[in-house]
Amino acid sequence: MTLARTLSAGSNLSRRNFLVASAAAGGGLILGLALPFGRSEAAGSADFTPNAFIRIGSNGEVVLTMPYVEMGQGTYTAIPMLIAEELEMSLAQVRLEHAPPNEKLYANPLLGVQATGNSNAIRGAWKPLREAGATARTMLVAAAAQRWGVDQAACRAQNGEVIHEPTGRRASYGDLAAEASKMPVPESVSLKSPQDFTLIGTPAKRLDATAKVNGTAVYGIDARPAGVKIATLAQSPVFGGRVKSVDDTASTAVKGVQQIVRLDDAVAIVADHMGAAKKGLEALRIEWDDGPNAALGTEQVARQLEEATLKTGAVAQNVGDVEMAMANAATRLKARYEVPFLAHAALEPMNCTVHFRKEECEIWIGSQAVARVQAMAAQALGLPQDKVIVHNHLIGGGFGRRLEADGALRAVEIAKHVDGPVKVVWTREEDIQHDMYRPYWFDRLSAGLDGEGRPVAWSNRFAGSSVIARWLPPGFHDGLDLDSTEGAINLPYDLPNFHVEYVRVEPPGIPTAFWRSVGPSHNVFVTESFIDEMAAAARQDPVAFRRSLLSKSPRAKAVLDLAAEKAGWGEAVPKGRGRGVALQFVFGSYLAMVADVEVSEDGAVRVHRAVCAVDVGTAVNPDTVEAQVQGGVIFGTTAALYGEITLKNGRVEQANFDSYQMIRMNEAPTIEVHVVKSEEPPGGLGEAGTSLIVPAIANAVFAATGRRLRKMPIGTALAKQGN
Amino acid sequence: MAFNIEINGKPHTVDVDADTPLLWVLRDVIGMTGTKFGCGMALCGACTVHIDGVATRSCITSVHSIGESKVTTIEAIGATPAGAAIQKAWLDHQVVQCGYCQSGQIMSAAALLQSNPDPTDADIDNAMSGNICRCGTYVRIREAIKLAAQAGKQGG
Ligand code: FES
Ligand code: FES
Repeated sequence: MTLARTLSAGSNLSRRNFLVASAAAGGGLILGLALPFGRSEAAGSADFTPNAFIRIGSNGEVVLTMPYVEMGQGTYTAIPMLIAEELEMSLAQVRLEHAPPNEKLYANPLLGVQATGNSNAIRGAWKPLREAGATARTMLVAAAAQRWGVDQAACRAQNGEVIHEPTGRRASYGDLAAEASKMPVPESVSLKSPQDFTLIGTPAKRLDATAKVNGTAVYGIDARPAGVKIATLAQSPVFGGRVKSVDDTASTAVKGVQQIVRLDDAVAIVADHMGAAKKGLEALRIEWDDGPNAALGTEQVARQLEEATLKTGAVAQNVGDVEMAMANAATRLKARYEVPFLAHAALEPMNCTVHFRKEECEIWIGSQAVARVQAMAAQALGLPQDKVIVHNHLIGGGFGRRLEADGALRAVEIAKHVDGPVKVVWTREEDIQHDMYRPYWFDRLSAGLDGEGRPVAWSNRFAGSSVIARWLPPGFHDGLDLDSTEGAINLPYDLPNFHVEYVRVEPPGIPTAFWRSVGPSHNVFVTESFIDEMAAAARQDPVAFRRSLLSKSPRAKAVLDLAAEKAGWGEAVPKGRGRGVALQFVFGSYLAMVADVEVSEDGAVRVHRAVCAVDVGTAVNPDTVEAQVQGGVIFGTTAALYGEITLKNGRVEQANFDSYQMIRMNEAPTIEVHVVKSEEPPGGLGEAGTSLIVPAIANAVFAATGRRLRKMPIGTALAKQGN
Repeated sequence: MAFNIEINGKPHTVDVDADTPLLWVLRDVIGMTGTKFGCGMALCGACTVHIDGVATRSCITSVHSIGESKVTTIEAIGATPAGAAIQKAWLDHQVVQCGYCQSGQIMSAAALLQSNPDPTDADIDNAMSGNICRCGTYVRIREAIKLAAQAGKQGG
């Protein structure tokens, strides 16, 4: 159901790796102090480093190494909460460091690699990082007991100190650090029970907030090693094309331009500053050989996928006998759905700084997969991995784009020709036209209802690119991967005869990648729209219809009821407006959403309000849960209303925020988030809001207009066909 | 060509082409990286600074156009009453996510509050719609601006 499950089989991470390994966590910046290249002080011998995540100095400094990256989702607050909860400290007492690349120490146990994606940071950290904190606490308590010659059971840890109750003696963690480091690592530790939590479950202020409001937060694009030059580039406008000829006479004449680097499929201008680099780029005259994809258009891709859904695919899930059930159904429905390519358009454009020094290479980047960057750069340069030093940074929006190493490899290629460090910054146009895109998908569905309108059969066959097959090949087997199918199978509904197939098709001429909510961004739109179609065919209320199918899923029913109640479901809406509902169980969390939309005379859609009920299990930081749903709703609303990357003559037609539009303040709906209290282990949430708002909007448009939207984005669809 | 410009109250001399956007002078020449690059075409607001108190997109503002005007950036906006109020509201209301757009958001919001201590929703839409937040913090930005305005009223 989650990517996690199959992949963890391949991971050899053991509890011992997590708990015993003692890393001198070097490298990386120190948050809050904004020392971009300040290496943490060398780990002294008196430091207490019970594992790869915690270092307590004898000076009392507590440094936590963050195995997962911060790209806005609040990891750098929630992870410290997990550790500090068990370590008995307040968040104000810790400092944070980015983890260096090290698959052994910092791989996500759910993924088997050191990467932050698939909404799995908290799910992966939940147990191991609380254990890391508890281990440290146990050893500190043991050290104090030994020093005082008292029973451990009479000592307890509290607020950065160990206290001996009967005598009132106390010692700070820093004071105990040297002795604690000599204590044996406990074989097992007991974790606090939820009713004793003081941090987990209580809204906490983000630890990265201050640096982000006063301009001191350091992102990859802000790296400035001494003597750094700035480069920008033009890459072949058609994927797979080559540089034929370059006339750089005018470019070299631009003040501040230092060097032109010509690569096989790109040209870079190296300059004193980005202004000169951009001016130099505009003055370049490049002739391209467009190569085999010169004539490619989106329509061609769509037809290729459509045809693929006529063939059989790999069976992702089969329950009962769909064919027989369909034959006996009283009502039958058929539909085709399509979703477009999408760009990430993180607000921080693609960038990477590289200093290549023949025998070694230093890289400054904001990456969701820093070990991947290191490994691929080492391979490209023919260097041993330990000769590639990677400094990770805050990320100005990841959304899956920073799981890829292409930007680092491009910068490495350029840096090989440059003397000294060079920061390669992509223009927004390059960023959008040379993204790796959320795949285009095409779905063919059918369903059958019995005489009472109950669903008796569901069949879905869809075709599109498998990102996993390229990114993590062992995760793709038997024609399937867990991302492509998430949200299309294991639906919360009772569907007695259910059959889903996936046909992997890799369209030529356009690279694909993970995108906020990946598989579910496609599947939840399709399944929740189609369920809505079934409710309409059964002449039932969309909430009541869904509710009647949730006998086996009380958590899904609870969020559906809560969202409906809070949204005032069933109350009348003004003319031209409509209310739509959607429900999902993906990334281990249950969400229900109700969207209120208005469709104007000219077919423009305005989303006024989104009401979301969330059951994420334990909400480690409830404030972040709310923020992530708010953000996900905006991200998904952008996709539903505007999001579309199209190809013409092999070229991406969108270039900047004028042609690839984003929702802005004046279009943002009000968003209400209701979090269900739960002690279940946490589910993932960074992406869940994005996938769910899209069908909620589409279903609301149906309620308002009677028009079923089976192709995203809405764009001008309602205007064209004369709503 | 050399230009003398005043940034956050300090004089700077930079030697660049006259049409060089202020954004790159700040980030690459002087090394003040709090002001961000997002689009280069006045479409996203990440690069917003104040020029004589007016919110301005530095990515399309040439260095020669600045003349004697005073440039204020995110690094110094906390020294103005409106800037300090906005930063405080941003922290109290936990606005930021990735944070990359927030320098620009805060500069736009501070300019709004400076000229209009009690903005309506429509005023906020007007002043803030040039600033994209890809992470989707709009709901909290709106609330934080109102919070800052409220605090201003109570403070006198
Ligand atoms: S970078 Fe100036 S408005 Fe986007
Ligand atoms: S906080 Fe990430 S773009 Fe606004």
